[in-house]
Amino acid sequence: MSTVKIPPVLRQSVGGEREVDVSGATVEEVLANLCDAHPAVGAQILTADGSLHAFVNVYVNGEDARLLQWTDTPVGETDTLVILPAMAGGAQ
Amino acid sequence: MSPSYQDLLAAAREVIPEVEPSDIAPRVEAGEGPLIIDVRETAEWDQGHLPGAVHIPRGFLESRVSGATSGTEQELLISCASGQRSLLAAKTLADMGYTNVTSLAGGFARWKQNNHPVEMPRILSAAQRSRYSRHVLIPEVGEEGQLTLLDSKALLIGAGGLGSPAAYYLAAAGVGTIGLVDDDVVDESNLQRQIIHTTDRVGVNKGESAKEAIRALNPEVQVNVHPFRVNRDNVLDLLGEYDVVVDGADNFPTRYLLADASLMTRTPLVHASILRFEGHASVFTPYDGPCYRCLFPEPPPPDLAPSCGEAGVLGVLCGVMGNVQATEAIKVLLGIGDTLAGRLLIYDALGMTFTELTVRRDPDCPSCGPNADLQLRDYEAWCAGVGRHDQVGATA
Ligand SMILES: [Zn+2]
Repeated sequence: MSTVKIPPVLRQSVGGEREVDVSGATVEEVLANLCDAHPAVGAQILTADGSLHAFVNVYVNGEDARLLQWTDTPVGETDTLVILPAMAGGAQ
Repeated sequence: MSPSYQDLLAAAREVIPEVEPSDIAPRVEAGEGPLIIDVRETAEWDQGHLPGAVHIPRGFLESRVSGATSGTEQELLISCASGQRSLLAAKTLADMGYTNVTSLAGGFARWKQNNHPVEMPRILSAAQRSRYSRHVLIPEVGEEGQLTLLDSKALLIGAGGLGSPAAYYLAAAGVGTIGLVDDDVVDESNLQRQIIHTTDRVGVNKGESAKEAIRALNPEVQVNVHPFRVNRDNVLDLLGEYDVVVDGADNFPTRYLLADASLMTRTPLVHASILRFEGHASVFTPYDGPCYRCLFPEPPPPDLAPSCGEAGVLGVLCGVMGNVQATEAIKVLLGIGDTLAGRLLIYDALGMTFTELTVRRDPDCPSCGPNADLQLRDYEAWCAGVGRHDQVGATA
């Protein structure tokens, strides 16, 4: 199973975990399985038609999935996915 | 019998050609002369030297010459005060295998006498040499680098969590001019992380408060307080005055405004953002590396992008990320090392891990792409819009 790193803003939606193990052979499958297991995640990162919001970046082993094969990018057993929305904070 | 000083000079003359100042001056003045190595002591060098000369005191010649030259075949002219030390130094270089070495006859004294141009070195004062001695010792910084920092101007957006440590360390480092943009006043709840402020300055404008701390730390630093919010109308003028901008903003409209404006003014942008236990940092080098919008084409909606005021932040995280920014700003100013351009550094304080993601230039980037129609917009409205309407990003 691949490891998915969860950004701080989504951690409550996965029970506080910083990373979760998710099965799936492509980015699409991994995200679908993640959102099945944790529907609150899906509500935040997926649009009404089930595609990924433009403000969410996904990286596979450090590379931007959009520049690979996007949601078709293959995901191996030991791969690491990072879900990354931008953060605004500068702690004013 | 051991050779006398005169014997050594005579032996050196046999292998080292001596060049008269008037013969080499035209080439030196045209910038087409040999590499000039001045082997005098620092106090002598400080009084002036041949144009374009590099300074290697005689005692460091053997150890430093290879770093200053491109190879043993390079044409070298060695100079000193009167032409004797240079002759012996040149002989040493010949012994080391340098094949094209000459010595300046009569040295700097004759050069000056003949009214050839003299360059005055820009030097650190004795006080500066002492204050910045640990920088001067680093080969990548050195006296020249320290002078560059003293001439540099850094603009900090926000004198808050990130801006506090960044401003403090940049001031300590001797960055000559620091601009602080902040319209906010110090609040008691800031002091858990905003270390440049103090309990007795609660209620004072953050820029003014930081200025006071910087004055106590390093009075030489010029601090420009800009006690307002950066916006469309003032951003270009502001950025235009500085060599690097350090983004410690607390909201997306300001971050996207800075991203676009820094492209327009071609000002390198040192980015960091923080939340709870996590920090992001990168460097955006206009039109050379990716920009902020290549990385994040659009901001998340408000519920996915809480501020530190809403979601909290570990105080010390600000120190780590603010100092990553200060480090990168110094590297940008000095042109040394590999910056975070093209990389997003993610610091997870809970796991104590640093992760790097590759950031590439987006050929379709609406801000820095070849077909971008870059103009400053109403970022408040745009950021509010993209969160709620999925299609806005496509037309933005
Ligand atoms: Zn871009």
